[in-house]
Amino acid sequence: MPYIACHECDLVHRLDEIPPGGAARCARCGASLRRPKRDSINRTLALTMAGVILFLVANTNPFLGFRIGVQVRETILATGIYQLFQQDMKIIATLVLFTVVIVPAIHLLSMLYILVPLQLNLVPRHLARVFRLYMFLKPWGMMEVFMLGILVSIVKLVKMATIIPGVALYAFLALIFVLAAMAVTLDDHLIWEQIDYRR
Amino acid sequence: MGTDRLSPLTDQDRTARRMGMVACHHCHLLCRQPPAPADCPRCGAPLHSRKPNSIARAWALVLAAAVFYIPANLLPITHTTSLGAVQSDTIMSGVIYFIHSGSWPIALVIFVASVFVPLLKLLILSFLLISVQRRSRWRPAERTRLYRITEAIGRWSMLDIYVVTILVALVHLGALANIAAGPGALFFAAVVVVTMFAAEAFDPRLIWDGMEDRDDGKH
Repeated sequence: MPYIACHECDLVHRLDEIPPGGAARCARCGASLRRPKRDSINRTLALTMAGVILFLVANTNPFLGFRIGVQVRETILATGIYQLFQQDMKIIATLVLFTVVIVPAIHLLSMLYILVPLQLNLVPRHLARVFRLYMFLKPWGMMEVFMLGILVSIVKLVKMATIIPGVALYAFLALIFVLAAMAVTLDDHLIWEQIDYRR
Repeated sequence: MGTDRLSPLTDQDRTARRMGMVACHHCHLLCRQPPAPADCPRCGAPLHSRKPNSIARAWALVLAAAVFYIPANLLPITHTTSLGAVQSDTIMSGVIYFIHSGSWPIALVIFVASVFVPLLKLLILSFLLISVQRRSRWRPAERTRLYRITEAIGRWSMLDIYVVTILVALVHLGALANIAAGPGALFFAAVVVVTMFAAEAFDPRLIWDGMEDRDDGKH
């Protein structure tokens, strides 16, 4: 299908072959229509695997230690969310759990589910459903905002106590870059085009 | 880039809707407009030419967020106990604390993310909705850009929610030092989530529909 409509202004364009690294923009509103990527599946899969490891490290290690007098408190992400649950801030706790743990986890798992078979020249079952879930949840993964939250918290606490950065903090930082790189290397149209719907 | 510049048709004639086509909102497949409601043959999402009830849904969510914005800023978001004394902080008092303690870059970050961005987002969305309802022809490309901005910046308002989470998680040493979340945090979270849904409900194609509707006077 050489014709597409701009997803922001509905203008129809005829789309010729775009060289890798090039981009097609809407002639009327300037929205990005296509941006084919070099070696998209391979690179995104490599980043996803790195992301899975970093995700596990980030969620199982303490991200901040806090020392006041002789008391030392180390927090992993899950205990922080658990504290909010204890204080009856269940809605906020759920929101934090969802945006910082569940969505990035689904994000990484759905990419593995889609990209591993594609790399092996197979088309995974329910590809459309899984990729739609991925696209739907995309705006709700907010790790980079959480990272900024950690930095602001450190500034807030630094006068009260000694702050000890944990392993998870560095893993979080690396994970943010990996997730951002995944968003750059993934060519969503390439994924949609794997679906053979003319049966 | 393959736009056919020699075409005698104007841009207004070449929208998918004018041509009897529908672009799937999920996978962007261009299909013939089905006679009855149908799903996208490729990805299975329901096909719509425009997001259904976009204006009404977006207005409802913008107004709800505007209502939540007030308690979000007036009620305390944290209660800090330090050596037995309790201090309640709203978002603004937190900003002022940072200004007084000399870390004004942090004060600026919190002010922009928590106060300025949600307000800006509500104002831009209201402006876009009003302009679309009045079928404005004023600078559609710039209005589309405004919409892209609201989509991109909304998430950063979650900043204060995360700060509260981290503070609550770290600082619970009984009467010596303890931080608890206040009711403002809940309203604040509601503002962020509801404005994100509002931006999602708005359909930027409506901005451009205003350009064609005046040409022939019908919808």
